[in-house]
Amino acid sequence: MQLTNRKKVVVKKEMSLVEQLYLPAIANGMTITFRHLFKKPATVRYPEVKREISGTYRGQHVLKRDENGAERCTACGLCAVACPAEAITMDAAERRKGDEHLYREEKYAAVYEINMLRCIFCGLCEEACPKEAIFLTDRIVPVSGNRKDMVYGKDKLVEDVNHPIDLSERQTPEVVEFKKDKTKYHNQTWKDRGNLLNENKHH
Amino acid sequence: MAIFILYKTILVLLVFLISLGVAAYSTYAERKVAAFMQDRIGPDRAGPFGILQPMADGLKMFMKEEIIPTVSNKFLFILGPSLAMLTALMTGVVVPWGGNINIGDYSFPLQIADINIGILYVFGVVSFGVYGIMIGGWASNNKYSMLGALRASSQMISYEIAMGLALVALIMKTGSLSLGEIVRQQDGTMWNVVYQPLGFLIFLICAFAETNRAPFDLPECETELVGGYHTEYSSMKLGFYLFAEYINIFISSAIISSLYFGGYNIPFQNHLPIDGNVLSILQFAFFFGKIIFFIFFFMWVRWTIPRFRYDQLMNLGWKILIPLAIFNILATGVLMYALGKV
Ligand code: SF4
Ligand code: SF4
Repeated sequence: MQLTNRKKVVVKKEMSLVEQLYLPAIANGMTITFRHLFKKPATVRYPEVKREISGTYRGQHVLKRDENGAERCTACGLCAVACPAEAITMDAAERRKGDEHLYREEKYAAVYEINMLRCIFCGLCEEACPKEAIFLTDRIVPVSGNRKDMVYGKDKLVEDVNHPIDLSERQTPEVVEFKKDKTKYHNQTWKDRGNLLNENKHH
Repeated sequence: MAIFILYKTILVLLVFLISLGVAAYSTYAERKVAAFMQDRIGPDRAGPFGILQPMADGLKMFMKEEIIPTVSNKFLFILGPSLAMLTALMTGVVVPWGGNINIGDYSFPLQIADINIGILYVFGVVSFGVYGIMIGGWASNNKYSMLGALRASSQMISYEIAMGLALVALIMKTGSLSLGEIVRQQDGTMWNVVYQPLGFLIFLICAFAETNRAPFDLPECETELVGGYHTEYSSMKLGFYLFAEYINIFISSAIISSLYFGGYNIPFQNHLPIDGNVLSILQFAFFFGKIIFFIFFFMWVRWTIPRFRYDQLMNLGWKILIPLAIFNILATGVLMYALGKV
């Protein structure tokens, strides 16, 4: 398989006298390095300058709220199961009466933690979530000199009610369109599956 | 006489400070050059463009914990880096930095000591430098340091032979061992490199090996020797070793420019509408330009060519450079005879 168009067939011939001097080859190498002096650096001054990243970049996670501001996560644990790095842990709790505006389902995550040091930003949690609750955003996880700070709890993960995080870039129109296709098993919610089951029974 | 001593003292101090300053900023320049060659930015945190980086590095070196292995020979362990620094700094005295400065009735040469065996002095001091490395490696009481030191000394000795032989041809041409005299002879555009291109090439390669610079930085090969002769060194003692290397680069650049590139001579300087002190200062600046170019050249080569294998290094030294240098001597002799210069 050809990966680049720069392949060079190795010839095992005797080197000519000029080649044995190595000086032309050295001069050649030195012109190459010299030309790089005038090239634009590939690096950026990071904290001051931020590199433009793709909209589908997978950075720090967010736990989304729904249209009414209630947390979407139902503490089902699917993301934790899907996570290959075992970075996610959670404690589920039952929603109390009067908390309906806070949590969408009867069960919610009382504690939800992602260990950013373990996370490999694969995005499998996002794919596993049946509630569209967890997403990876374009934010870069800031570094820390302390391991404890790298375990992100709900305080850092759940989005602010007043400042929802825009994921439209991440959810390209194609993806949104694809998710509507309920014939794909992946896109079915439990409710859909129940309906489909019922439909099948009627037949 | 009193004025003479005062002047020489001031000059010695100046050369000392300039050597240290140039060496300090070489470390910064090295990182910048490396960065640019690799399409990076390089140090830019300390001060504008990172120009305070050498201070920060120096401070860091001094503040670091200093470890002297209990099994080492403490006296020699400390002597090693001191010797390396000492020998590196000593060669600067015979380099002619410029013409004369005339103030009143006095004429002050911009050279500390124009001894008539200048080149021999340089060689003597430089070969002394191997003691710094050897003692450091031995005193560490560590096999890898010892190996690094051994490699360093055998490398330096074998390349010194080729270097000396390359110089013999040059001395045949100039007829003098005094650096001041050699530089004075190169007035105009016909620098020695024109007459001795092969000798220059050999000298240059040997200079790389003598200063332990890549591609000949085998005394400190991490893959085989952990760190090399300075594995056990920490804090500013390691700093001195590394710093001595940069001083050596500076002095080597000065010597290469003096021997082969006309030293402080400016082409067509006799046709310039200036003379006297202004010309001397201009010459000094011009000389520095040449030195800076060679320092850059050292770095340029380092970031281009990969390190040799040790047997390749020895082969190059003994089987190629020494015969070539001898051939160069013969060719110079034959040519001089043919041109009726003897
Ligand atoms: S992105 Fe991958 S590794 Fe990180 S928490 Fe999600 S599933 Fe785990
Ligand atoms: S984030 Fe999604 S997958 Fe994870 S527990 Fe909450 S609802 Fe389940």
